[in-house]
Amino acid sequence: MEKFEHSAAVTGMGMSEVGRRLMRDPMALTVDASLAAMADAGLTREDIDGVCTYPGMVPGAGGFSGAGAHDLMDTLRLKPNWHNSGLEQAGQLGSIVAAMMAVATGLCRHVLCFRTVWEATYVQLQRTGQIRHSGGGGRLSGGMEWRIPYGAASAANWIGMYCSRYMHDYGLTKEQLGQIAINGRKNAALTPYAVYKDPMTMEDYLNARMVSTPLSLFDCDVPCDASVAFIISHKDTVKDCRRGRAVGFEAVGTANTERVSWDQGDLRYLTGIEGAADMLWSRTDLQTQDIDMVQLYDGFSFNALCWLEKLGFCGVGEAGAFLEGGQRIARDGELPMNTNGGQLSAGRLHGYGFLHEACVQLLGEAGDRQVPNSPQTAIASSGGGVPGSALLLTAP
Amino acid sequence: MKRPLPMLTDSNRFFWTSGADGKLRFVRCTACQNYIHPPVPVCNNCLSMEQEVVAVSGRATLAAVTVNHQMWIPSMEPPYVVGIVEIEEQGSVRLTTNIVRCDESDLSIGMSLEVEFEEYEDVFLPVFRPLATAIDSPSGER
Repeated sequence: MEKFEHSAAVTGMGMSEVGRRLMRDPMALTVDASLAAMADAGLTREDIDGVCTYPGMVPGAGGFSGAGAHDLMDTLRLKPNWHNSGLEQAGQLGSIVAAMMAVATGLCRHVLCFRTVWEATYVQLQRTGQIRHSGGGGRLSGGMEWRIPYGAASAANWIGMYCSRYMHDYGLTKEQLGQIAINGRKNAALTPYAVYKDPMTMEDYLNARMVSTPLSLFDCDVPCDASVAFIISHKDTVKDCRRGRAVGFEAVGTANTERVSWDQGDLRYLTGIEGAADMLWSRTDLQTQDIDMVQLYDGFSFNALCWLEKLGFCGVGEAGAFLEGGQRIARDGELPMNTNGGQLSAGRLHGYGFLHEACVQLLGEAGDRQVPNSPQTAIASSGGGVPGSALLLTAP
Repeated sequence: MKRPLPMLTDSNRFFWTSGADGKLRFVRCTACQNYIHPPVPVCNNCLSMEQEVVAVSGRATLAAVTVNHQMWIPSMEPPYVVGIVEIEEQGSVRLTTNIVRCDESDLSIGMSLEVEFEEYEDVFLPVFRPLATAIDSPSGER
């Protein structure tokens, strides 16, 4: 099958420092990650002819939006043929797919993609009065009006409801769900940049304070400060890049087949991912048993559970049994999952962390946390609840 | 207790002020009778733009629920219960809302509920309490 995915490759990866309350300008983080990605690819800023990011500059988004495409273009004096940003994409990794299309169509040779968050610092600046809420007392619109008046102000509430329904329908236990968080913490111990590395037992997990039933503290990811960047290049340029080899793309899943809504769609699992999962498999001959590892979006533990199930690694309603004991998803298990600790422990790199980890592992550059036996394939996903996407990646 | 409130517009005012007479209302397509929520000017089933606002029974089924324990909004002291309810007339029409007058231990997916309203400024927020006399016990699998 001839497909645009084969035209693109990841030639460079970069990551800024990652942490809680770094008190650094988010543009500084963005520049760190971007320059690191260029250096990793053996490129300079003159080589960059595309820029793409999620979500771009979103007014009022606080620490969720650290730098826009225009900000970075001007800061680094980039001269792209094409650039793009947006919140309304197929997950955060939808911006990677846009970059792949730009190189596949010939618009660009090397697209710099980045995602910057500074949520921990932003909250600290608010607490200390250095950033003030603008407005306040205003009325709600744009979708929020249907949830916020009821105090359903966090994704923990919205996703907690789906998780409660799933537990009711399929008998998932809190202990089974907890394997996702515990596995992440175990993996994060070997990830230099991870925010939380201290060992966590099942008892620790079960005793953590409740946020919104059934989700407790360790079911929720860690807001942090970080920027992650990639160079998405045309495959013809790979031989001229620093490694001379690169992670490739086998298939993308970006379809959205459901209500774009937190309450009007199917309530039996998180919406926004089924279409993406089905589309991914429709674009490849590979099957679940051919996948050597998964890096699945875990803004909440339940997100990752839904991806496991919708991608077909287990049957409908069987994710609890699949996760039981946690061995299957361990780094040395049959399906290593979130090998950097995921967002639950490594930090909310917001989608881009999963692609970063997949690339590092497929290149065999993961050091102490390297998945054994030279993994050849990986799936990275983003989204859930909101429209998501999945990428099937291949080793060089 | 204060709440963050919706901005009232020509499309949603009927909904957020409907409780003034104790009734819950939705937009319904006059061509195919499909209830449409949130209100949009076209039927997402048949694409007709002819629609009317109709009162419903106010009865609903609890489809998903969470007990929130963390403070997000300074004027809303946790814990409080947030649920998604399916209205009796059409299960695909749902509201995210508060479940009130119900002990946490009595909450169960599939339970029957009925609407009541909490008035804040010019808004009547529909919230749901357990149905006084449970008529039936839906399984929650619709």
